[in-house]
Amino acid sequence: MAPVATPFFFYLLAGIMLIGGVMVITRKNPVHSALALIVTLLAQASIYLMLYAPFVAGVQIILYAGGIMVLFLFVIMLVSIDRSIRERQFNSQWVVGLIAATALGGLFIAVYTKGTSIFPEHALPMIENDNTQKIATMLYGQYMFAFEIASLLLLVAIIGAVVMAKKRI
Amino acid sequence: MESLLHISTLHYLVLGAALFLLGVIGVLTRRNVVIVLMSIELILNAVNLNLVAFSRMWGGLHGQVFAIFVITDAAAEAAVGLGILIAFFRNKETVNIDEVNLLKW
Amino acid sequence: MGAILQYVQSYLSSDKTPGAAGNMFWAFVYIMLVFLGLSVAVIAMNWLERKILAHMQVRLGPMRVGPHGLLQPIADAIKLLLKEDIMPAEADGLIFWVAPFVVVLAAFTVFVVVPFGPTHAITDMNIGILFMLGVSSLSVLGIVMAGWASNSHYPLIGALRSSAQMVSYEVAMGLAVVSAVLMTSLNATGTGTLSMIGIVQAQLAQGEWFIFKFFPLGLIAFFIFAVAMVAETNRAPFDLAEAESELTAGFHTEYSGFRWSLFFLAEYSAMIAVSSIAVTLWLGGWLRPFPNLLSGSTWNEVFSLVPGATFLFFAAICFYNTARMPKHPYFRVQTIGLAGFGVVLGLIGLVLFVPAVSSRVQDIFWFSAKVAGFMYLYIWYRGTFPRYRFDQLMRMGWKVLLPMGLGVLVLTAVVALLQSYLWHP
Repeated sequence: MAPVATPFFFYLLAGIMLIGGVMVITRKNPVHSALALIVTLLAQASIYLMLYAPFVAGVQIILYAGGIMVLFLFVIMLVSIDRSIRERQFNSQWVVGLIAATALGGLFIAVYTKGTSIFPEHALPMIENDNTQKIATMLYGQYMFAFEIASLLLLVAIIGAVVMAKKRI
Repeated sequence: MESLLHISTLHYLVLGAALFLLGVIGVLTRRNVVIVLMSIELILNAVNLNLVAFSRMWGGLHGQVFAIFVITDAAAEAAVGLGILIAFFRNKETVNIDEVNLLKW
Repeated sequence: MGAILQYVQSYLSSDKTPGAAGNMFWAFVYIMLVFLGLSVAVIAMNWLERKILAHMQVRLGPMRVGPHGLLQPIADAIKLLLKEDIMPAEADGLIFWVAPFVVVLAAFTVFVVVPFGPTHAITDMNIGILFMLGVSSLSVLGIVMAGWASNSHYPLIGALRSSAQMVSYEVAMGLAVVSAVLMTSLNATGTGTLSMIGIVQAQLAQGEWFIFKFFPLGLIAFFIFAVAMVAETNRAPFDLAEAESELTAGFHTEYSGFRWSLFFLAEYSAMIAVSSIAVTLWLGGWLRPFPNLLSGSTWNEVFSLVPGATFLFFAAICFYNTARMPKHPYFRVQTIGLAGFGVVLGLIGLVLFVPAVSSRVQDIFWFSAKVAGFMYLYIWYRGTFPRYRFDQLMRMGWKVLLPMGLGVLVLTAVVALLQSYLWHP
């Protein structure tokens, strides 16, 4: 399907993502931050759809917004936040942090303005009809080893999380 | 104006860089551990956006496969990080990252 | 006027969904139609649930409001809209306000990919089934937010229990779905598909509904999904989180009036959504029964008469009950109302006999009939089974359904490989 009104949707979704990101780092209440992060993640899934990556968008919605953020919300509810809302929110070294982030931003601007000419136009027209099939071929063919290691990593993470959070080992 | 309206790869990269910066500011300046962990998730998402944008630019799917692996890793890391947070909270009754100073001399 | 008719005609004879054709206007029309259909379905479900439960318990159910209680859902809706909107004192205002909307959004967005026919879907995404599973898992977020924002014990416990239950049974659902998608790859072309329309077309091409494929593997996968979908939507017998005798009302205790009706709407929409997944994956979607066994033009004719005949049957029931109404002037309005309702149903039935309408409505009718069967099953479960205790519920999700799902998946993969290498059908 031919894309429709791409600049409008891109700027809308980019705006939502940036506003969500700012809300994540500035809210006092962690539950509000988590909700802003969910909005950011869903907007990012929509941007993946614009980038002809429907499978990654689906994985983002299921895993990130529907799994990891539920985990975050559970933990936030278990950890008492009433005291933490009344405390001071920002570090004592927040000035240094902002300077470091500004330096990093300057680095990004330098790289992007210098290298604008090396980004070619989209090399091949991407079709999304068989995106899942192609990713599956790659995942189980070329990247089979990484796939198995990732499943091992998840097993280790499950065991680690259970051991860390248990009351008595 | 024309370059603003025609959405190229650079637009997505700038968006990814902006998200990355927001995540870095969150990690460096917040005191609440949960919000630091959420800023780390923002950083990982910015990286994913870059990967998928480059995958679109070059026409291959390697970037998307890499992005799927990054999402998997983010899930594992969030689970372990939150487990550590719960263990820490059980000991100290606070989620203030400045109080993690038992090894301070 | 002629141009408009021609525009409508040219679209109706196309063979693509509005999403694939990039047609925003028709996509919008389809969205409105689906929304309207869902609202009617939820209202009908409300009445049907109370009536069918009542008849199962040998009592009558609502009889007063309209003829045989037909206007009861409207009375309920008016009551809910006019109730006072209470927010607990220490509740988190923003989250309290947003939570019902998140649940409703998650329950309604799912219908973008539900296939009512080969071209009757709003759009046909490449990742249709993945999208449906993902978006329906977003309703867990809304429930957690609702329980947290109410700032009270019972909603919090109810929300935690409810979300833990939904997350557990999502795993079993996912495995059952994967084993059904695996069966789509046995096509002639050799590639499977995640798109909803593609899955039904694979069933058409392979000549059997996936519930009967590799007997009993398809049946076991369907059974796992059928149990997991009841647990996913927090319905009996898995409704501990919202059972009135256990936890007042679970996560929606502190919600009243319009906000509560949003949760209620989202629950019924989620029921219809997961039933649509089950119908699409295992029961052949929009295909009429026995598409290959009883094929041929005469059987097609016979089956194309079924939609009209169903509505005429309902109209006949209405007229029979009109004749049985008590002959007292108190009941005059109700009798006229019931007769009018019967006339409307009969007219719809007669319209459905017209060939032009019938050929377009066939697919939608069979899909809706199968989903309606599932709704009846939901109500039947509620009237029959006792409630599961929470630890029994979690035990079943993780220790019974998950291993069964894994086993079915492995066995399906093995049998599919054997078939494609040894058999060459």
